[in-house]
Amino acid sequence: MHPENHPTRPEPRGVGSEELSVGASVWLPLDRLQGVIDALRADGMRVVGPQVAEGAVVYRDLERTSDLPLGWIDEQDGGRYRLTQQAEAGVFDHVVGPHSLKNFLFPSRDTIGRFLREDGTWKQLEDLPPEPPLAVLGVRACDLAGLAIQDRVFLGGEAVDPHYRRRRESLFLVAVNCRRAAATCFCHSTGCGPAVTGGFDLALTEFSGRFLCDIGSLRGAEMLAKAAAGSPLDRCTADEVQRARQQSAALEQAMHARREVPGEPRPRSMEMEGLRDLLFNNLEHARWDDVASRCLSCTNCTLVCPTCFCASVTEVADLSGDHVERERHWASCFTLDHARMHGESVRSSTASRYRQWLTHKLAGWIDQFGTSGCTGCGRCITWCPVGIDLTEEVAAIRDAPPPQEATP
Amino acid sequence: MADRTASVRKPRLAVFKFASCDGCQLQLLDACGQLMQLADRVEIAQFLEASSRVDPGPYDLGLVEGSISTAEDVERIQAIRRDCRFLVTIGACATSGGIQALRNWGKIDEFLSAVYASPETIDALATSTPIADHVPVDFELRGCPVDPHQLLDVVTSVLLGRRPKVPSQSVCVECKSRGTVCVAVARGIPCLGPVTQAGCGALCPTHNRECFGCYGPAEAVNLVSLTGFYEQQGASREHLTRLVRGINGYSEAFRCESDRLQEEPDGVSTRERA
Amino acid sequence: MMRAVPREGAEQTLPGGAFPSGVATAPAGDPWRAHAVRIEGIVEEVPGVRSYDLRFLDDAVARDYRFVPGQFNMLHLPGIGEAAISISSDPAEPAQLAHTVRAVGNVTDALARMRVGETLMLRGPFGRPWPIAERTGRDLVLVAGGLGLASQRAAIRQLARHRERYSSVTVLHGAKEPASLLYTSEYEAWKASGLVVRGSVDGLADQGGTVDADAIPAWSGRVGLVTDLLSEVTTLSERTTLLCCGPDPMMTAVADVAMRRGVAADEIFLSLERNMACAVRHCGLCQFGPVFVCQDGPVFSYAAIAPFLRVPHL
Repeated sequence: MHPENHPTRPEPRGVGSEELSVGASVWLPLDRLQGVIDALRADGMRVVGPQVAEGAVVYRDLERTSDLPLGWIDEQDGGRYRLTQQAEAGVFDHVVGPHSLKNFLFPSRDTIGRFLREDGTWKQLEDLPPEPPLAVLGVRACDLAGLAIQDRVFLGGEAVDPHYRRRRESLFLVAVNCRRAAATCFCHSTGCGPAVTGGFDLALTEFSGRFLCDIGSLRGAEMLAKAAAGSPLDRCTADEVQRARQQSAALEQAMHARREVPGEPRPRSMEMEGLRDLLFNNLEHARWDDVASRCLSCTNCTLVCPTCFCASVTEVADLSGDHVERERHWASCFTLDHARMHGESVRSSTASRYRQWLTHKLAGWIDQFGTSGCTGCGRCITWCPVGIDLTEEVAAIRDAPPPQEATP
Repeated sequence: MADRTASVRKPRLAVFKFASCDGCQLQLLDACGQLMQLADRVEIAQFLEASSRVDPGPYDLGLVEGSISTAEDVERIQAIRRDCRFLVTIGACATSGGIQALRNWGKIDEFLSAVYASPETIDALATSTPIADHVPVDFELRGCPVDPHQLLDVVTSVLLGRRPKVPSQSVCVECKSRGTVCVAVARGIPCLGPVTQAGCGALCPTHNRECFGCYGPAEAVNLVSLTGFYEQQGASREHLTRLVRGINGYSEAFRCESDRLQEEPDGVSTRERA
Repeated sequence: MMRAVPREGAEQTLPGGAFPSGVATAPAGDPWRAHAVRIEGIVEEVPGVRSYDLRFLDDAVARDYRFVPGQFNMLHLPGIGEAAISISSDPAEPAQLAHTVRAVGNVTDALARMRVGETLMLRGPFGRPWPIAERTGRDLVLVAGGLGLASQRAAIRQLARHRERYSSVTVLHGAKEPASLLYTSEYEAWKASGLVVRGSVDGLADQGGTVDADAIPAWSGRVGLVTDLLSEVTTLSERTTLLCCGPDPMMTAVADVAMRRGVAADEIFLSLERNMACAVRHCGLCQFGPVFVCQDGPVFSYAAIAPFLRVPHL
């Protein structure tokens, strides 16, 4: 439905639906955010948003804004994540938890084909189970960047993945501008954040109990119009919009200015310049063995990474063997199966597997998809059970590059 | 209808029990519907948990539950090996000695007198050891208990002559696939998930508990790094030793690590050692 | 997925660079979409290696199916799994597909148990082909180790048909023992078309090792490494384009010999093999340094991948 199809209604100070256009910004109190959720749900969408569960902020199905993590912040460091309550913290003052958009668009298990054997002959069935379209609330700039990267993988090549595409095309995104950064965040290095700059339907900037809401798409305007029905929303002044932008800019500057303080988690950053050549020129650097002495090959970094896309396929057959589903599931370059050929793994050592992960993420990705595979979200640092930190590994290789031949 | 079994002999399956709780056999029994299908395709010649009938060998496939715990066990497993074309051990007891292998670090006489009213009536070896320490084993299926789906896959695979589809990666893969939050990172609970083979579906972490290593060491483990990090985070040597020396504590990787934790002085971090 | 390769003269448009971008293969729908094929014939080539003649059940699919030598299909046995297998048949008869397969894993073992008349599923074709169409006038040397010849047979058939377009065509095939030389019954026909065909066996010697001729009974042909055979090829020069498929160490050894004889690094093409689940750059399993073997390859110019070939465990 187009916003202009709404009936006109009285609007003493606020803006009517006809002014809810792409590029406009309005004030959205928390209770009106509930209206957006209700509108999305009424539209048949599954709405997920950040909630406190199992000791972390994770994405769960969301019905009420009261389930949002108001007052919670997350402290993150290598191998460590703790939630604490803070009186002045808002609804979105946590940063990123272990889940990302990947968990929904490229789920850990996904049926990609169904097969039936009749009279001894196989055929592929056309129908796959339908899914409701998805709306995600609380998406950060780094995760929008991660989404754009996965878009290139699954939609940008010669082949398009239809399963990713159907979810992606109906995806509704309510983004959030971060007001704080965890020590593990380094989106200021990768250029992926902290400010949300595009690729959203609605974007929120939190100001003590209400949100400055940027409208990024017609669908965003439409949902906001539904939420505004009966009670118009206040339009933001140019100064207020400017203040919101400054809030993100200030955070970015603060991230650049962060310095290590003894006794506190080291604020992360990563020099991205020349990273591709640096890594490809150091494929036999001693640091790979050093990190291998710490690495568990447990796969956590790859599975929490919002851009890692490796997958393998298993066959799930019923007892008769006549009904078979092909299930795509997450794979990781840290497993021996990943590079297994004729029973043996090409990458038999942990050093070679860690090298594969880091060189693919930061170097090979550039050749393959024209972008780094790293968004600076820091999940791989936080959720590594022993706190291995890719920014530290890159810095170590950068600090001591042995003499090598020219870049491959 | 012609009886096809008359011309094509069904493979003969036998299930054997050594020192164990019978839980793994119950997993086989629990997979009832599929077991009926299995019974249709194989002749179950011996499975005391299900039937008192015992048909003599030889057998095409022998499933062995339990560890070698008595002198009689040592003899009996040799005979079973001779009787079975394929021998598959199932469960933590059979593949690593089980929880009863904790006695391998103690004194058998002290245990006997502490547990039994008449210890002289007990005839047990000083150690509980996995089947593979005594006879060649064709495939080891881990778990405490084993997963019924994996068990059926192994049986089917042996019958079809293919490799079983049993993952060897870490439990972390299952946690992350389910969206379960890491208990080690988010709660600071030392967890064996990163070094334990998947298969349970991350049962304990899903219930906010650490992984106890029921499926034994994963394909590539680095216990020294993991326990070193847990120590840095405040876990005690004693706690870590107990954690690693658990259900699969006598499997090689876990055994070496708990011995190391016990022998090396406290407070030496991985980084400092490196 | 069916590739939108034109029917006639398709191969003329294919670029031969390291990472050609010109092979436009716009997505024609679901890359996971498979088509049923029936096994029309099974030939035991050498012990443990069989060739399967496959025909599409759907006539419309058969009509539109085209491939270029060097490409592969994903053969899918529902309930068992899927494997990437080179197409070994004549591209002039694209609907009469042949795949030569060694039983070495779950899928290929299960395939080995299948019989004529049974069906399986097929996706393809995938991958960059051997760059032979635009190499007219040159001396072509094809070097295959073991089952590597299966990825070259489609090219050999095409070269045999168009022998006059090339200055010379030499086929060298190395295997461990006489019994594992592939397609020997076709050698005479290839020779009759003007191809030079030479086989060599190296006993149990690993690449670079010594060869024990006494260990190879009942073989009157050449004994030695395929690199020795290559050294004897008189047409090896800067005018040569070399196509090689075999184990990685064998291919680097072949490339070394060829370059010493003046063959340009970007005129040496290698067909790589890696683990693979999707064949369309989505699953990530076949990565080799910065490339995806499935779609950037499997045929690569040596110049493009040489630095990575020499890194262990990459």
